[in-house]
Formats: sequence, structure tokens, C-alpha cells
Amino acid sequence: MKLFLVGLAALGLSLGAAQAQDIDWTKVTLEGFEVPLAYENEDGDLIRSGFTFRTPGTQAMQEDDFANPAFWRVDEGEIAWSTPEGSEGKSCADCHGDAAESMATVGTEYPKVDAESGELLALEHRINKCRTENMGAEAYKWESQGMLTMTVYVRHQSRGKPVNVAVDGPAAPFFEEGKALYNKRVGQLDMACKHCHEDYYGNYIRADFLSQGQSNGFPTYRQKWGKVGSIHRRIRGCMGNIRGAKYPYGSHENTVLELYIAHRGKGLPVETPAVRN
Amino acid sequence: MKTLITALVVATTFAVSASAQDMAYVVNDDDYTIEKSLTGVPGDAGAGQAAFVGRKKGNCLACHAVEQLKDSQLFHGEVGPDLSDVGNSYSAEELRLRIVDYKVINDDVIMPAFFRSTGLSNVGKKFKDKTILSAQEVEDIIAYLLTLKS
Repeated sequence: MKLFLVGLAALGLSLGAAQAQDIDWTKVTLEGFEVPLAYENEDGDLIRSGFTFRTPGTQAMQEDDFANPAFWRVDEGEIAWSTPEGSEGKSCADCHGDAAESMATVGTEYPKVDAESGELLALEHRINKCRTENMGAEAYKWESQGMLTMTVYVRHQSRGKPVNVAVDGPAAPFFEEGKALYNKRVGQLDMACKHCHEDYYGNYIRADFLSQGQSNGFPTYRQKWGKVGSIHRRIRGCMGNIRGAKYPYGSHENTVLELYIAHRGKGLPVETPAVRN
Repeated sequence: MKTLITALVVATTFAVSASAQDMAYVVNDDDYTIEKSLTGVPGDAGAGQAAFVGRKKGNCLACHAVEQLKDSQLFHGEVGPDLSDVGNSYSAEELRLRIVDYKVINDDVIMPAFFRSTGLSNVGKKFKDKTILSAQEVEDIIAYLLTLKS
């Protein structure tokens, strides 16, 4: 993607995130991606990946897999995928074969309703179900190295494909819950997600440049964290900022929020592992 | 019409704390003001500036820019209006309501109510039943804002 960066520099846009707004992101598609980093939805709103809010320096880290500080997890994940674990002596690959094929669109579809139980599952839930029910292995802790590596690896198989979560049928009630929660004021600061991420994205809040809070890059490498983290971790961070009680990792609240957030960015490319500030 | 807003309504089922007592104030809905000082003690503009800037206090710069603070403070927010001339635009009584609870004026506003601990959901443990600012801090910030004239 050197050409792309040279283009930015030539436009004199290398100084900061604010200036980067002047780019028509609906025309920018990263190498190997099926869809651009932004699009206009049916309401006429411009839906933008978090990528488009970040500085060219941060963007460059993501664009080059060798510079991407989270990319080693893709390689580690590939090893973990075919390593047997648990009492059944099975690996992921024993049932799912080549992840490039079997997981090709999985990263675009989660959170997803489990047909058997009717529960809404995040990718983490799904992986742990496989581990405990099919492999006889211990569940990963939500934010553990093992889980982060596996979720990065699995979702990476969908990189470049548009987010496509289902919000109708059995998912409809979960979607409505997520939407209500997204618009509900919480915390001592009494703000809803929508106040920052719908009403004021593209503005600075002190030193932070507000994005739309899209989730297409998760699990994402965040410079502030110095590592990859889940969308639940990110939501908990926001809750802390507004002095709210954080919903637990893997909780129903975080999962329905994750579904609603994914739907808001339906059509944006999966970028896992993305790099953000 | 004058509406008495008080935390005591919610506090009936709990022990009434001293801070809840402090929260009684009268909003004048006709011109969106709170006439009476929350403490009766005149605000201190110097202390007000500190509370205005303090990230664990008002953290007002998160959303508002103030030209007069550009030299001493980096990163002024741009979510709310610039306050460099706010001392010419609003009276103490108008500012008091806007800091205490702007949602009385606009219920969709992003700005927190800095002196209300009731009617909130999912508040973190550390902050439960507490207002963001103390009554005196509100008065101090009003005194500071009134000095901002460009």
C-alpha cells in the first residue's frame, strides 16, 4: 500500500487525523479487500471504518502485515488451529479442516444466534463451546492470550469481506436489546454510546478524536493497550470513561451491544487485526 | 413556573445523606436559570479555573475550548461551544442551571449534569450517589466563567 501512503503525503494530509477527513473514503479500498473503508447507507449517512479516523502513521502500521504489531497472532493462531487439545485429542482442524475455507465468512457473521440453544453467541462464546463440548478442553478466559490469538486468527480469515450480521428472525430481539442499550444513558456522566459515536464523531474530545465506534477491526491492536483486545474490552473502556458500571466480559449486555454495533457497520470490511491508537 | 428539584424524592427509601440535602435547588423554567447560589458562599474564580480544568473535576476542556487557556493547556475539545467569551453571553444564574443540569433545557444534550446524582443508570461503584462536582465547585466554576471575556 505504498502508493496509497504516497498519495496521502502528496495531498499534504500527513499531519493528523482531522485532516484525513478530507479524503473520500468511499473510494479507498485496501489491498485485497472486497469493499471500501466507507460507504453511504440508505439514510444518507457516511459509515466509516475506524481506520479513516486515525493518523496516516497508525494506518500504515495496519496496512503492512510486517509492521502490524498484532500480526504474529495470525501465525500463532494457525499453529493453535491444528494443535490437539483436551480429552478428545482433537484440534480445530480435525473438524473444520482448512480455516481459509471453513472460516471464510465466519468473521463477518458474529455475533450470531446459536440454532440449538437460541442464545446469542459472540465468536469467543462459540470457540469456547467447541472447546468444552467437542474437544474436552478448558474454556479460554475471554481476554486471555489463547482466546485473543484464536479470535484474531478466525476473524482474519474474513479480512476484506463486508460485515454481514443477521439481525432478523431469531436475532431480532437481541438486536432490539442492543439498540436500546446503545441509546440508553448510563454512568455518572449520563451518556449513551450514541452521544459520542453518532452525534459527535469527527470531533476532538480533549486529545481523543472521536470515531463512529465501529467494530469491523476487532480484535484490534490498540497502541494505548500495547496489545490486541476484544470489542468487549473496548466497550468496558468506554463505560469506565463515563463512570459507568462495566458489563462483564462475555455478558449478555456486551454481546447484544456487539451485535448492534456490528450492524451499524454492516458492509464495512473486516480488518482483523486492525491497528488503532 | 418554579419546579423544586430535589434528591429527597429518590432518597425516601434510603437514609437521607447530607449531600442529598445539598442538592435541593429551584429551577426557573421561564428563563432557564437557577437564581440562588447553591452554597451562599461567593465563588472563587481561581479555584473555579482549577475545577474547570481538572480531569477528575469538571474536565470542561474535554468538550470546550477556552482561548485564555491555550498557553497552559493542550488539547481543547470541540464537542461543545467555545467558552472564551462566555462571561459576556451568560449570567451567573443562567450558567448555574447549565452546569447543574443542562438536560432541563435539552434532554438530548451530551453534557453531563454536574450536580445531580439521581435519575442515573448503571453508575460505577466509586461514583454512586455522588455528584460530579460539589456545590461549591459549581459556584467557583461560575465565578471563573464570568471572567472569560474576549
